Amino acid sequence: MKPFDYVAPTTLDEAVHALAGNPAARVLAGGTDLLAQMKGGRREAPLVVDVKRIPDLLSIRMEEGGLRLGAAVPCIRIATNADVRAQYPALAEVASLIGGTAIQGRASIGGNLCNAAPSADAVPLLIVLSAVARVAGPGGIREIAVEDFCVAPGKNALGEGEFLVDLFLPKPAAGFKAHYLRFIPRNEMDIAVVGVGVSATVTDGQITTARLALASVAPTPLFVREVTEALVGKAPSAEAIAGAAALAEAAAKPISDMRAPAEYRRHLCGVLSRRALTAVLQ
Amino acid sequence: MKKTYVSMQLNGEPVEFLAEPSQTLLECLRDTLHLTGTKEGCGDGNCGSCCVMLDGTLVTSCLVLGVEAEGRTVTTIEGIAAGQKLHPLQKAFIDHAALQCGICTPGFIVAAKALLDQEPDPSEERIRLWLANNLCRCTGYDKIVRAVQAAAKEIREEKQA
Repeated sequence: MKPFDYVAPTTLDEAVHALAGNPAARVLAGGTDLLAQMKGGRREAPLVVDVKRIPDLLSIRMEEGGLRLGAAVPCIRIATNADVRAQYPALAEVASLIGGTAIQGRASIGGNLCNAAPSADAVPLLIVLSAVARVAGPGGIREIAVEDFCVAPGKNALGEGEFLVDLFLPKPAAGFKAHYLRFIPRNEMDIAVVGVGVSATVTDGQITTARLALASVAPTPLFVREVTEALVGKAPSAEAIAGAAALAEAAAKPISDMRAPAEYRRHLCGVLSRRALTAVLQ
Repeated sequence: MKKTYVSMQLNGEPVEFLAEPSQTLLECLRDTLHLTGTKEGCGDGNCGSCCVMLDGTLVTSCLVLGVEAEGRTVTTIEGIAAGQKLHPLQKAFIDHAALQCGICTPGFIVAAKALLDQEPDPSEERIRLWLANNLCRCTGYDKIVRAVQAAAKEIREEKQA
């Protein structure tokens, strides 16, 4: 790696100060994207700001109304945390399928979001869990809905000097379920050809909330708002699910690459959406 | 680039060293501290041959900066045996011929120990999934899985005795 300076602030203010006026500085959480990119010469940084000494970024805590997940908490802690497993089982599941065991010891869900890869497994699920990103920067603290966080491949909505502090996940209502499904040609440790996150709440036989988001079929993780409009107010049924899956398939804007041709990806969007919706609605 | 002072616990002993921020923990272990048991394979987190324990969590040391280890506890393959007595995993790898060239072996043993420390009786599927982050180009993996199963059994029996 090319030489760089390193600081490890212990408070949010110190981190804001370290990043201020240094637009080329990079934030280091688990490093499984950043350090691999820097070693491969795909990214350079004169200054690396390690945020893992800031308590807020490493805490998982239940709050009034939801869960606050520190941006740098490694996946292995998320996957094994009792509160996460009880209240957000789909999040525990997704944390256990990003990378292999040793990667999960470092890689964070916050980093998965900030890296802004179209294929990021955690992001569709965060979108359907209605997660909100809390960001710190020179202008203070602000919040960004997760569906607005990724703006282009590898580009996020963070402004100059800003960094992700944590994610807030609203407490699931009674009857709420979420699920993430992906297609990979092997059993583990692979990049999603297509990923589908879904969530829904069923109250007294009627769908009251529904969200669907896709991975690997657009320049960014894709929130398919039409699915919400199509499902809310209906009773769960095979027809309703098929209609929503068709909307997901139509919304996808896949490309052909070494992992799959575009038509195959589009087909998978329909199949996986139907399966994932069936899992949460029946 | 100016070097940074780092102090950490390494295999139960305090150590101090100087590291450039761009040096990985793997480079610091091998080149500065001369513990060459930890191997470099791919250098980008895919092969698992550089696995170490960092504060009790399994990590690939090629994707950790040496300066990040300040105040932390690190265990490498050199810290697995009890003095001259091999750990049951080390003995089982020899008994089951679970290695040929041996480059991947330290990573496999550190990773397998991380599993057995928290799950004393994992299924074969669990072992294979846990070790999917470690690549071996010689053995075809089967002997490695058998060695881990044998070591797990021995550790369980030792505990009962």
